[in-house]
Amino acid sequence: MDEVMIVALLVATLRAAAPLILAGLGELVCERAGVLNLGVEGMMLVGAMVGFAATLTSGSVWLGLLAAMLAGAAMAGVFAVLTIGLAANQVASGLALTIFGVGFSALFGAPYQSHPIPGLATVVFPHLSAAAPLVQQLLLIDPLVWLALAAPFLAGRFLDRTRAGLILRAVGESAEVAHALGYKVMRIRALATVFGGAMAGLGGAYLSLAYTPMWTENMVSGRGWIALALVVFSTWKPLLLALGAVLFGFVTIAGFQAEAWGIPLAPNLLATLPYLATILVLVLISRDTLRLKLNAPAALGKPFHPAG
Amino acid sequence: MRLERRAAASAAMAVLAPVIAVMLAGLGAAALFAALGRDPLACLYTLFIAPLADGNGWSELGLKATPLLLCAMGIAVGVRANVWNIGAEGQFTMGAIAGAAVALGLGDAGWFVLPLVLVAGVAGGAAWGGVAAWLRTRCNAHEILVTLMLSYVAIQILGWLVRGPMQDPEGFNFPQSPMFAASAMLAPLFEGGRVTGALVLALLTVPAGAVLLDRTVAGYRLRVVGLAPGAARYAGFSERRAVWFCLLLSGGLAGLAGVCEVAGPIGQLMPSISPGYGFAGIIVAFLGRLRPVGILFAAVLMALLYLGGESLQITQQLPLAATGVIQGMLLLFLLAADVFTLFRPRFSRSHGDG
Repeated sequence: MDEVMIVALLVATLRAAAPLILAGLGELVCERAGVLNLGVEGMMLVGAMVGFAATLTSGSVWLGLLAAMLAGAAMAGVFAVLTIGLAANQVASGLALTIFGVGFSALFGAPYQSHPIPGLATVVFPHLSAAAPLVQQLLLIDPLVWLALAAPFLAGRFLDRTRAGLILRAVGESAEVAHALGYKVMRIRALATVFGGAMAGLGGAYLSLAYTPMWTENMVSGRGWIALALVVFSTWKPLLLALGAVLFGFVTIAGFQAEAWGIPLAPNLLATLPYLATILVLVLISRDTLRLKLNAPAALGKPFHPAG
Repeated sequence: MRLERRAAASAAMAVLAPVIAVMLAGLGAAALFAALGRDPLACLYTLFIAPLADGNGWSELGLKATPLLLCAMGIAVGVRANVWNIGAEGQFTMGAIAGAAVALGLGDAGWFVLPLVLVAGVAGGAAWGGVAAWLRTRCNAHEILVTLMLSYVAIQILGWLVRGPMQDPEGFNFPQSPMFAASAMLAPLFEGGRVTGALVLALLTVPAGAVLLDRTVAGYRLRVVGLAPGAARYAGFSERRAVWFCLLLSGGLAGLAGVCEVAGPIGQLMPSISPGYGFAGIIVAFLGRLRPVGILFAAVLMALLYLGGESLQITQQLPLAATGVIQGMLLLFLLAADVFTLFRPRFSRSHGDG
């Protein structure tokens, strides 16, 4: 393997990891505040579709990304009203959000199906497309990948080193105590949920605007659920989540590369690898019951309603 | 408006909530059709009424209600015990695959083929659910994510089989298996319709489920494990057994649903054998209040939604995904309406938290 190939593999891995990191971090922050939103897959799909449609109509990738984040945030807002405002079951509400998102994105995305657009990387450096192969590979690291690489540090710093992060964690550990201390538990949880939605929307838009770049029905294909699994795997720590996502990116890319490397496996079977890896990762982390219990936000998934 | 917890769950609201949710989803659907530039009333008529205009429509309704009822019944028993099997779609697929393997292997060997095909389907689905049960009880891996991941795996395995080992050698390279022999197939219940005896099997789960949940010690234990895990542990009710029981049962029922589809209306293995019955089963379970009789009504309604969605596709050129949006809205509205089962709205000037 020469340099260009190794760099290409690394870049491809990071590109595959970026949507998982973005969506996973959003969910991680949301879960740290005590809210379990199983709607990540649906929010990513709607983000991917809205981001693509907005880019195509406005001609600006950045407006597309913004629209995707707003769409994800809006869906999370619905979830927040249901689970925080109305104290509905979080598991069922998250599933409903995903079912809705799968249908909504397929229905309103139908006119945009398989319509290619210039991807994010090529938009940013249009005049450098004739550069050397190595440079070309590096140019595929688009701004969102850089963001995905920086975000875990930012999120870690926010959660561990800022007052707002401390309050958010307090809400996730014990809503009652946080409430007694005078913090607006429901408002904080709603904000964290909406942030998670915006990040999921951004992660989805990465798929349709940079990774592929085009919109196809159901294109997120389980990445939202993998992001959820990565949050558990990371024991709710941003840096570990990024590491896990990169590992997953590598498994995905290795699947694509397997044929080139002479591994004779049917494409359908190779496609099972990320899902099997998710199960494996879950099993490995969950065996350590104590570690999970120590790290999981204590009030995760528990609705809170102030007495009165 | 503030919410005040009721002393006891409101029985009236428990029944009313699904009705309210269906009406709101109908309004939502009308808004959706209007947004898509269609005549809302004509679309609603096509969705809910036109499919039942003739006998064939009723037969198709039964056909679609069958897998929904089977999947939802298993899911509901699980949720009562706080075991979340959301991978019925995968167990459905594995049931279909296992049944197809037996059907294709035995060919037209005799009357005993069909029972073996059905048993294989149940076993295939239960085995796929069993994997999740094993990983949960042995390794503590949560069944929500595991059953879902296993669904994606099962669908890929199906895709591989119909392009590889189980592909029809005389099928012009189409991704599908040979047609099953007549002795491996469920016969239609009556001439001209496609609904099979599977509907009878599915209907039998209603009294069986009611007896299990409300009249047996086993059902009582499941409910205690779900409602009060601490008390269940104290009473010596094993959570491990509840997990195994629920996942094997719901996996087996979903597997039966799958095998009944391929050995019924479809007649062979194809890459896509389910329009999301396994996932819709979750909605059906909740809409039916996790109770067998309620689930029967909910399954029929959801079947109508599928049927109407197909008519909308034909007469109004609306994508099938419209059904998914309406399904999602239905569950969201239900969860919202359900709040008033446990809480009572209070209108006052004072402000609560956030």
